[in-house]
Amino acid sequence: MTEQLTAGPRTAPTVRLEPGQELPALALPPITRTTLALFAGASGDHNPIHIDLDAARSAGLDDVFAHGMLSMAYLGRLLTSYVPQQRIRSFGARFVAITPVHARPTCRATVVSIRNGIAALELRVELADGTTTMTGHAEVDVTIDPHTDGGE
Amino acid sequence: MPIDRDRALALVIPDRTVTVERGALRAFAQATGDDRPASHEVAAARGDGAPDLRVPPTYFFSLELFAPDPFGFLSDLDIDLRHVLHGEQHFEYFTSCHAGDELTLRSRITDVTAKKGGPMELLTKETDVHRGDAPVARMRTVLVVRNPAGSAA
Repeated sequence: MTEQLTAGPRTAPTVRLEPGQELPALALPPITRTTLALFAGASGDHNPIHIDLDAARSAGLDDVFAHGMLSMAYLGRLLTSYVPQQRIRSFGARFVAITPVHARPTCRATVVSIRNGIAALELRVELADGTTTMTGHAEVDVTIDPHTDGGE
Repeated sequence: MPIDRDRALALVIPDRTVTVERGALRAFAQATGDDRPASHEVAAARGDGAPDLRVPPTYFFSLELFAPDPFGFLSDLDIDLRHVLHGEQHFEYFTSCHAGDELTLRSRITDVTAKKGGPMELLTKETDVHRGDAPVARMRTVLVVRNPAGSAA
């Protein structure tokens, strides 16, 4: 819409999104206690309520439960497998229900609108039993530009 | 006992400067089931147009946690970590970040509100992420505090 596209060898892939379009869902394997232990270490979130049954019980819970940020990281994977990451302008989530151990989350993203070169996506993570655990939104720049990733 | 709002808003959370590490990014990718070559191999990331392994979209949240006492601001406010749930998380991105970047995180608590109809409070924390003088990302965290400090579990 502005300048001529001059495609170089490292041109970011064109993002083709259309209102109403659903991105391919990302179905995850069951969340194990090992998943939570690894994510605690790798994410820096050592809150024992996610990894230590004793701590969970001392807070009145029956069991540990997954980090909300694990679901959000999965959704991030879905987004970045479909759009170049540097096109993502914003990414937000509300954690609306706990993800229990052994749950099987599926991440979904739908394009709701495209305005002024920005695609708005609605995001959702749901479990096999139909529970929605996370709702979210993302904005993706869909203007065509020849800028390469990274160096900005 | 409710959260002391004035104290929360005045709380000084020290700036943190961290270097994004390749090994830590690989561990994060592995822990989130991301086996794409560009998330693990520098050559693949470069082939993808990035100068090094990319910082994934939610990783800024983790950068703040890689500290000796990442939840210290909660204990400073007499909030029991076991009573805290993550309510919301928002990111804005201004540019890409990669392994090797030295990033500075500046956080402050911007709001404390009581949730209607329940013994819950919402604590909002905002963090600006800079590389040198350049803003690279901003994040906002909303924590839900059940039975705020004072009640025994």
